[in-house]
Amino acid sequence: MPKVTLKGISNYILKDLSLEVHDGEFLVLLGPNGAGKSTLLNAIAGLTGYRGAILFDDKPVDALPASKRRIGYLFQHLALFPHMDVKGNIGYGLRVRGEKNPAQIEGRIDELMTMMQIGHLAARYPKNLSGGEKQRVALARVLAASPDVLLMDEPLSSLDLRAAKRLRLEIRHIQRSLGITAIYVTHNFAEATEMADRIAVIEQGRLMQIGSPAELLFDRHDDHAGGFIGRPNIFTCGSYQVIENGLAAAECGRMKIIVPHDGKPVERIAIAPEHVYVSTEEPLGPHVNRFDGTIREMRRGEACVRASIEVCGQLLEAELAPEIADMMNLSEGSRVHIILKLRWLQPLESKGAGNDHL
Amino acid sequence: MKFFRRLHSLWSLLPVAFFLVIWEISARTLVSNQALFPPFSSVMGEFFILVKNGVLLENLGRSLLRVLVGFLAGSLAGLTVGILFGTKKFLYRSFHPIFSLLYPVPVLGWIPVFMLWFGIGEMLPIALLFVCAFFPIYYNTETGIRSVNREFVHAARTLGAGDFQILTTVLLPLALPNIFTGLRLESGMAWRTTMAAEMIAIPTGIGALLMKAENLIRMDIVIVCLIVLSIMGFAFERFFLYLEKKTIGKWA
Repeated sequence: MPKVTLKGISNYILKDLSLEVHDGEFLVLLGPNGAGKSTLLNAIAGLTGYRGAILFDDKPVDALPASKRRIGYLFQHLALFPHMDVKGNIGYGLRVRGEKNPAQIEGRIDELMTMMQIGHLAARYPKNLSGGEKQRVALARVLAASPDVLLMDEPLSSLDLRAAKRLRLEIRHIQRSLGITAIYVTHNFAEATEMADRIAVIEQGRLMQIGSPAELLFDRHDDHAGGFIGRPNIFTCGSYQVIENGLAAAECGRMKIIVPHDGKPVERIAIAPEHVYVSTEEPLGPHVNRFDGTIREMRRGEACVRASIEVCGQLLEAELAPEIADMMNLSEGSRVHIILKLRWLQPLESKGAGNDHL
Repeated sequence: MKFFRRLHSLWSLLPVAFFLVIWEISARTLVSNQALFPPFSSVMGEFFILVKNGVLLENLGRSLLRVLVGFLAGSLAGLTVGILFGTKKFLYRSFHPIFSLLYPVPVLGWIPVFMLWFGIGEMLPIALLFVCAFFPIYYNTETGIRSVNREFVHAARTLGAGDFQILTTVLLPLALPNIFTGLRLESGMAWRTTMAAEMIAIPTGIGALLMKAENLIRMDIVIVCLIVLSIMGFAFERFFLYLEKKTIGKWA
């Protein structure tokens, strides 16, 4: 599979963006909404105009239309053709690319349906598929024509937590087994760290930082990149204990944090500031990952308010919408309740320094 | 289940039967001049006479031919222009304003224009039907194509489809619900337009038969013509509804 090289890509959003995706690599483009991640994917696919050069294995593809670039594109809303059944959708790429032999088309469709475990859905139309089934069909469709590069634009954003997790693992497994070069867009930090070989942080059309998930978490050298990924709160865990249902209870200083556990050692736990829930009222629901804290510092930005909260002797960064901070009348010294939502907690096994906010 | 479904469809015919009975009784008991308000049985009697002597079928055949030719030509033209304008922005921007100005002109408003251009003959109702079908089908096709989510087009493109393949495999099928709505609504309108043209300017067809009956104060024949018109409009609409269900019912 080819390496993908971007040289000085610019257009109405992107600003002189250059990067290289290695052969068979899984690169995640991470950034806030409107950063230009999807536009960059569209540029690679040939769906939007740009200046600069895109090369697949050092060969420029700028002059090639989207239909000739041999890419597979998994769209955010999947774009399954509603007027075709599952088989029709999966075989579409083969038919329009001129495959005449019906037996060959059928064979390839069957092969992909087996791989994606959707054989029983062959005659169904997209309106009769669940969210997860749609994702599988869409993935089978883009893989059917054996693309050289796989582009994915937040394809799992509409799924529930469990289904998204399962499909993330499957996508990663398929990508590895096919050795296909993949570029995946998300604004979800936890998703990025879970899937990526490397993460490229994009903000305002520029590449702010690129590196492995661990490099991005622990060796942040770029304030802008840190700004987006929210300088995640990282807790060092002294010990952890596996509990039932794929969870573990980790001791991080005086905090006991319940995290998702997939068998790997839990040495550190990361959570982005925007995923720290802050409330002046006693929150409803189960007493899991709930703590009391005191606001030590507040910084008001254009789009958000950042608060440093002291919790069990540690400083925690939280990000709130300004109107919510005003509504709760938050100020330095306010006593607050915080919840670290299980969904957004990212256990890490890399070694490094302690909580950066201490 | 089948029995209940049949019962349900019979039940829906009950109001019609009730209306016919009231019509029959009131015409026979309450109306003194049955020539102006004939009972349903007389109308049906006249209907069978007109069928038997061939007058009704001959006039219906003429009207039907006009509707088919005019409606088909107008629909095909509307479809073609709709596809062109829906896919080529330049054409849409250049000519759509002209169509926007012409569309609100009522079809019957074209009668004097076409009478002067084509004279009184077969071309007149056909030209009217062409206009009657063209604009709505054009609008529905063009809107249908333009409202297809661009993500479908992008998906098809990245899967390897060229422009023509995208048109035939994505844009047109996804615009079909809109196109069918236009065809269904305009098929009824086509019969009304033919009728009006025949009443005003053409000596043959159901509309002309209706005008002749009116001159002879034959209300029974007038009602026969109206019933035939109603049935034909209904049949055309049902035909397109059936076609719609057959083609897009599975997924739309």
